[in-house]
Amino acid sequence: MAANMMVKVPVREQDPKVRATNFKEVCLGYNKEEAEAEAARCLNCKNPRCVEGCPVSIDIPGFIQKVKESDVKGAYDVISLSSALPAVCGRVCPQESQCEGVCVRGIKGEAVSIGKLERYVADTAREMGIKPSTDAAPKGKKVAIIGSGPSGLTCAGDLARMGYDVTIFEALHKAGGVLVYGIPEFRLPKDAVVEKEIENVKALGVKIETDCVIGKSTTVDALMKEEGFDAVFIGSGAGLPKFMHIPGEQAMGVFSANEYLTRSNLMKAFSDDSRTPIMKPKKAVIVGGGNVAMDAARTALRLGAETHIVYRRSEEELPARREEVLHAKEEGIVFNLLTNPVEIHADEKGWVKGITCLRMELGEPDASGRRSPVEIPGSEFYIECDAVIMSLGTSPNPLIASTTEGLDINRRKCIVANEDNGQTSKEGVFAGGDAVTGAATVILAMGAGKAAAKGIDEYLSGKA
Amino acid sequence: MFRILKKENLAPNIFLMDVEAPRIAKNALPGQFLIVRVDDEGERVPLTICDYNPAAGTVQIVFQVVGGETQRMSQLNEGDSFHDIVGPLGKPSDLTELPIEELKKMKICFIAGGVGTAPVYCQLKWLHDKGVTVDCIQGAKTKDIIILEDEMRAVSNLHICTDDGSYGINGNVTVALQKLYDDGMRFDRVVAIGPMIMMKFVCLLTKKLGIETIVSMNPIMVDGTGMCGACRLMVGDKVQFACVDGPEFDGHLVDFDQAMQRSRMYATEEGRLFLKAKEGDTHHGGCGNCG
Ligand SMILES: Cc1cc2nc3c(=O)[nH]c(=O)nc-3n(C[C@H](O)[C@H](O)[C@H](O)COP(=O)(O)OP(=O)(O)OC[C@H]3O[C@@H](n4cnc5c(N)ncnc54)[C@H](O)[C@@H]3O)c2cc1C
Ligand SMILES: Cc1cc2nc3c(=O)[nH]c(=O)nc-3n(C[C@H](O)[C@H](O)[C@H](O)COP(=O)(O)OP(=O)(O)OC[C@H]3O[C@@H](n4cnc5c(N)ncnc54)[C@H](O)[C@@H]3O)c2cc1C
Ligand code: SF4
Ligand code: SF4
Ligand code: FES
Repeated sequence: MAANMMVKVPVREQDPKVRATNFKEVCLGYNKEEAEAEAARCLNCKNPRCVEGCPVSIDIPGFIQKVKESDVKGAYDVISLSSALPAVCGRVCPQESQCEGVCVRGIKGEAVSIGKLERYVADTAREMGIKPSTDAAPKGKKVAIIGSGPSGLTCAGDLARMGYDVTIFEALHKAGGVLVYGIPEFRLPKDAVVEKEIENVKALGVKIETDCVIGKSTTVDALMKEEGFDAVFIGSGAGLPKFMHIPGEQAMGVFSANEYLTRSNLMKAFSDDSRTPIMKPKKAVIVGGGNVAMDAARTALRLGAETHIVYRRSEEELPARREEVLHAKEEGIVFNLLTNPVEIHADEKGWVKGITCLRMELGEPDASGRRSPVEIPGSEFYIECDAVIMSLGTSPNPLIASTTEGLDINRRKCIVANEDNGQTSKEGVFAGGDAVTGAATVILAMGAGKAAAKGIDEYLSGKA
Repeated sequence: MFRILKKENLAPNIFLMDVEAPRIAKNALPGQFLIVRVDDEGERVPLTICDYNPAAGTVQIVFQVVGGETQRMSQLNEGDSFHDIVGPLGKPSDLTELPIEELKKMKICFIAGGVGTAPVYCQLKWLHDKGVTVDCIQGAKTKDIIILEDEMRAVSNLHICTDDGSYGINGNVTVALQKLYDDGMRFDRVVAIGPMIMMKFVCLLTKKLGIETIVSMNPIMVDGTGMCGACRLMVGDKVQFACVDGPEFDGHLVDFDQAMQRSRMYATEEGRLFLKAKEGDTHHGGCGNCG
């Protein structure tokens, strides 16, 4: 391979025209030669800035060194010390603002493709049948984990490795949280990747009880008082969708991104064999600019729609991962930036027929430092469409907090928890992930699950 | 888990089942529902909890075959299991929160339409166990499809009506309610559970008669935990999620026309899937029969 050390070894991807019509994974990943060539670009820095950029502090030069030596098992062991879901993070982390964002290679050229290398190691290890294992002696203590998203899986895996008897309680019929119901197949294959990572957690002895809604099927207090759990971790995510409350939002053909994605991902409605129906629009408007909006848009596109994204700020402020925005554009999704919907119109049968939007301009920076959009008076324009998918963000479901005595939440309905150990206002109850921070990222949720596992261990050892 | 202990065919296409689901049996209250999946490819089907027995760890469901999933469910037998059951979901009836003394003073009339009879039974039985016996109008198209009559009679003052006059009062449930009213019966509250169209017309009448009315809404649902918003309804000027804010709402505030429209959203698509499964390869769409 002719190596230009300044740029990344390009990764193979499905052709945009082809992939726009299927649900197979977009990015094909590195093979051995490509991975080793990319690994060779890492300078093995003495003070690796990349590690500081990674929320779970993976020893990045350490695992990349093993890749250089063709030692995949060694690389996997290094990553496993810090991350339980490397095949997932390698695919969905916003690397450009984390590990790769601060890589020294990035100063003069392109950062090392850390995410793609992590994915290569995890995928190859899986193909080789390498599994994490534990030989910790049983501690004789039980911990309940609520929610099987990245925070819950990580917390469960870490506690099982320490010898705790861990049970995950999941409301849906399948474990994985957003990884199964939200992020689409073409970005994160379910059977080949997510399912396998969950099996790895189970291989450590973790039990998973699906179909159990804490706050309804039983409560946090009952788990501790009646079922003998010594501690509880709440990783219930931020699943409550927001709507805009504009006229016409009840029309048929208006969906929350959560509904559209859940039908397609969890219920597999993208496949012709699925028994769950999903609307296949002719022209869809997706409102929002985050990862969720990109996923909804690219799903609608694959189901045959001409797809438009409507976002009220400018390109620079799009919160989605850069790779997703790029992929969406390559696939032919139209971006209507600095645009805000004001009304949805329905035909006489109640189906969406169009949406009126206003143009925006950027005003002064707001509290978050982002320049807030301001409406341009009289700039209304109409987009004809038969579906509108609202991707405006989500907030935590109040169910657990409202049924648990003494569990404090803040004004944003997030559970209040100590960042270092996950401790909440209630003794023996810990929390982390989107339930605490509001909608964030997979890796931050994992980081919180890790911190809480440590916190729970300290709490239960101290108590002994 | 989720084994079927009893199956009964109550009327053509209407089935009753007792199913093992200990967590639900222990925590359920009248007014709540559960979600079942018949197999690993199954849709999530919401059904009202019709009875529950914490000691035996069982819950009772009654369902009508209307499409693919309910058809598959009807083919399960005693000893078979559902793949998934989750619940209890939704809020219990607010009657369960009132002091018994107050309930005893209230004049309540339940109105049960079709399979809505089963969830009404759950509430009547709960009240009866507490020493409160109320009136109930049970309506059906015709005599042959009246379900659970003896059970209903045992726990309420039952007034049966049929659309074709083959049994009881001649007319639908609104005719029956008007008749009771004309006979001098006065109610503080009506609780109507049945098809949306029935609940809509009951509400129009009770508004006129000035009777507070609670209805149990059954929009299309996906997760049933507040995550997808598919079940949203307009109640007054507020968007409400039936699965977490309901399923029971103040009937005088519900926008029924919109709710009925939204519940038909997948009607043709579901119909196609069902026919495709039933008729194999003969159904290609386009004949105009299913829209
Ligand atoms: C469409 C979409 C795309 C995204 N793309 C990216 C991306 O590219 N990169 C990235 O880093 N992040 C992305 N995110 C964000 C990321 O997925 C989340 O931040 C992360 O999953 C949060 O993990 P968690 O463990 O806190 O919660 P979740 O993954 O939300 O899991 C919570 C689990 O708890 C269960 N639960 C909730 N309440 C209860 C209860 N009462 N009882 C029992 N179980 C309960 C839920 O069913 C769920 O399974 C995306 C999110 C979405 C929705
Ligand atoms: C809270 C709640 C409680 C319910 N309780 C009961 C009950 O106790 N007994 C019972 O028989 N049914 C009940 N239903 C309705 C039941 O869920 C539907 O009949 C069932 O989902 C249909 O599934 P299917 O695959 O057989 O039919 P499908 O093929 O999905 O649909 C057949 C027809 O039914 C309509 N439909 C689909 N889903 C629903 C729905 N959720 N509500 C109303 N119509 C629907 C479709 O538009 C279509 O016209 C309840 C629904 C809700 C939301
Ligand atoms: S976990 Fe995420 S941030 Fe950390 S090294 Fe991997 S891709 Fe980078
Ligand atoms: S900063 Fe970049 S070059 Fe340095 S060790 Fe990390 S990945 Fe390698
Ligand atoms: S069914 Fe999904 S929010 Fe109610």
